[in-house]
Amino acid sequence: MSITISGLTKRFAKTDVLRGVELGVDKGELVALLGPSGSGKTTLLKIIAGLEWPDTGRLRVDGQDWLKLAAQDRRIGFVFQHYALFPHMKVRENLAFGLSVRPRAERPGKTIIAAKVDELLHFLQIDHLADRYPAQLSGGQRQRVALGRALAIEPKVLLLDEPFGALDAAIRRDLRRWLRGVHEATGSTTIFVTHDQEEAFELADRVVVMGEGQIAQIGDADTIHDHPATPFVARFMGATVELPVTLLAGRAEGAGLDLSTLPRRALPDGAGRLFVRAEDITPVPEPDAPWRIVSRTSTGAHLRLVLRHPKLGEAEAEVPRRAVRAEALTPDAAVRLKIEAGTIFSSAPNSAATQPSLQTKPIQLERSQ
Amino acid sequence: MTAAATHTGAPIRAKRVLPGFTLSLGTTLLYMTFIVLIPVITLILKGAEIGPERFWRIISSPRAVAAFQITLTAALIATAFNAIYGLLMAWVLVRYEFRGKRILDALMDVPFALPTAVAGLSLTALFSANGWFGPVLDAMGIQVVYTIWGIALAMAFTSVPFVVRTVQPVLEDMDPALEQAALTLGARPWAIFTRVVFPAILPAWLAGCTTAFARSLGEFGAIVFIAGNLPFRTEIAALLAYIRLEEFDYNGAAAIALVLLAFALVLLVVSNVLQAWASRHREASR
Repeated sequence: MSITISGLTKRFAKTDVLRGVELGVDKGELVALLGPSGSGKTTLLKIIAGLEWPDTGRLRVDGQDWLKLAAQDRRIGFVFQHYALFPHMKVRENLAFGLSVRPRAERPGKTIIAAKVDELLHFLQIDHLADRYPAQLSGGQRQRVALGRALAIEPKVLLLDEPFGALDAAIRRDLRRWLRGVHEATGSTTIFVTHDQEEAFELADRVVVMGEGQIAQIGDADTIHDHPATPFVARFMGATVELPVTLLAGRAEGAGLDLSTLPRRALPDGAGRLFVRAEDITPVPEPDAPWRIVSRTSTGAHLRLVLRHPKLGEAEAEVPRRAVRAEALTPDAAVRLKIEAGTIFSSAPNSAATQPSLQTKPIQLERSQ
Repeated sequence: MTAAATHTGAPIRAKRVLPGFTLSLGTTLLYMTFIVLIPVITLILKGAEIGPERFWRIISSPRAVAAFQITLTAALIATAFNAIYGLLMAWVLVRYEFRGKRILDALMDVPFALPTAVAGLSLTALFSANGWFGPVLDAMGIQVVYTIWGIALAMAFTSVPFVVRTVQPVLEDMDPALEQAALTLGARPWAIFTRVVFPAILPAWLAGCTTAFARSLGEFGAIVFIAGNLPFRTEIAALLAYIRLEEFDYNGAAAIALVLLAFALVLLVVSNVLQAWASRHREASR
């Protein structure tokens, strides 16, 4: 089923949760909605499910207007973050629920339902759990049952809200591969919500980055990583060091910065801001350079350096501990910052955003521009 | 891995955050003994003095049997009413937002707070022939005051908070995702209620209903005003015990009281069995 979303807005009390969302999802695609909490990704998912209703906008699935359809009639599979299994039903009964509540005319016979449940138990590799109650299952097992329950109704669209959010790392990785397999076997259109970049990129065909109720960027891992579309995406992807630069004929210059490795960009002349990851900054000792090393902490494989510029404030760099010149990077050393990779945004159109001071901002996931 | 520790002597015990387990348990047991256990034991001993033959004669006397029948029937009517009304009330208080909700919520405690005699008096005033409701009901051929309906009414009044207050918190704590999950699986409202919501609140509801029933069996103050207290017709068991006491017939009073006590104990057991059954999925994980 292909999904077309346009102009979707939603307000909760005084907060705009969605501010004009446009998105198309193709049949059989596996899409991740990635974003910090409060970005509106779960609300978007719930609107597709029919558990929330937008204030304005359109939602069409295979040409059908889903905003005229109640959740019960959409035939979607929804998997909740905390599983939401029915606690008083055994696994078998949980899986059968969707089929057994159908109106009598469409309801399959008892033996057909039982056979379908057996098939699902086998497909999900949870045969041995059939007669247990949810309280007797581990988190990973519960999540499998939750997915099975959703798949039992042969959904047109499968929606998952932070499906692995409550599980520990090893099980998470396991289930991720397993979900990919399930998706490929069923061929259903699947959308899942996550705040975990690794999860989004590893699992999805396409990643939709959301921030502040809007779609910030759509793309694959490399594109979003190397070419963030907005400062928000850059920060969200880990480029937390923000430095002021001056643009001239597509080349950037900055105080104590070596930007020669950055490619020429089609940006207007004037002020700009550079977003860079700490590991893409290589401090190079140089007697007259304006940056000073303030502190040096080892994380084993890396050295984490805090750098200070008399006018611009602090920045952070991370270099391999066994790098050639690492010994020279001691506190108080004067360094130039060689920028290996980064993204520059012109400050020209909205110069109000340009701040003279420079600082390493912590990732402000909740607030961004 | 604890081998080393156990060899050295006494096992190491985890320190509690707040000390005083012995003191608090001791106080609790002492209190329970004086307030609950000793009176119950006295009652049983008093009953034992009577001897089985006389005991049976007292409780099988027509007047006593009638009193037990009236009490049980009225309590059943009151509980059936509260089971439904109390559930509805809890539902409204939890699920909807409306003006005056907090006042309604506070009103729910009035039957607990009000002296039962006051409740009995006001109910009598309302339902008597010259009260507000009495004449209207009379015109429809319904007599409340001085009938078993009056007794049931007084019982319902004093015991409804038991149902509301036990169901309410459970309903409040229910994960809304459960209903949403049922919704996405295609369940209609009635199916969501009967198959998802009701099973979740069933143990609490059963507990509320049984305590309401037990309370109704023992209710006295509110009933004596509205019942008319005619032997064989509207005389409840608790009142009969009281009358025997006034006649200095301690054995008669004790025998009737013992039967009420037996009812209460049976109810307690039934209540616990029902709750264990209704929450068997939770027990299973332990």
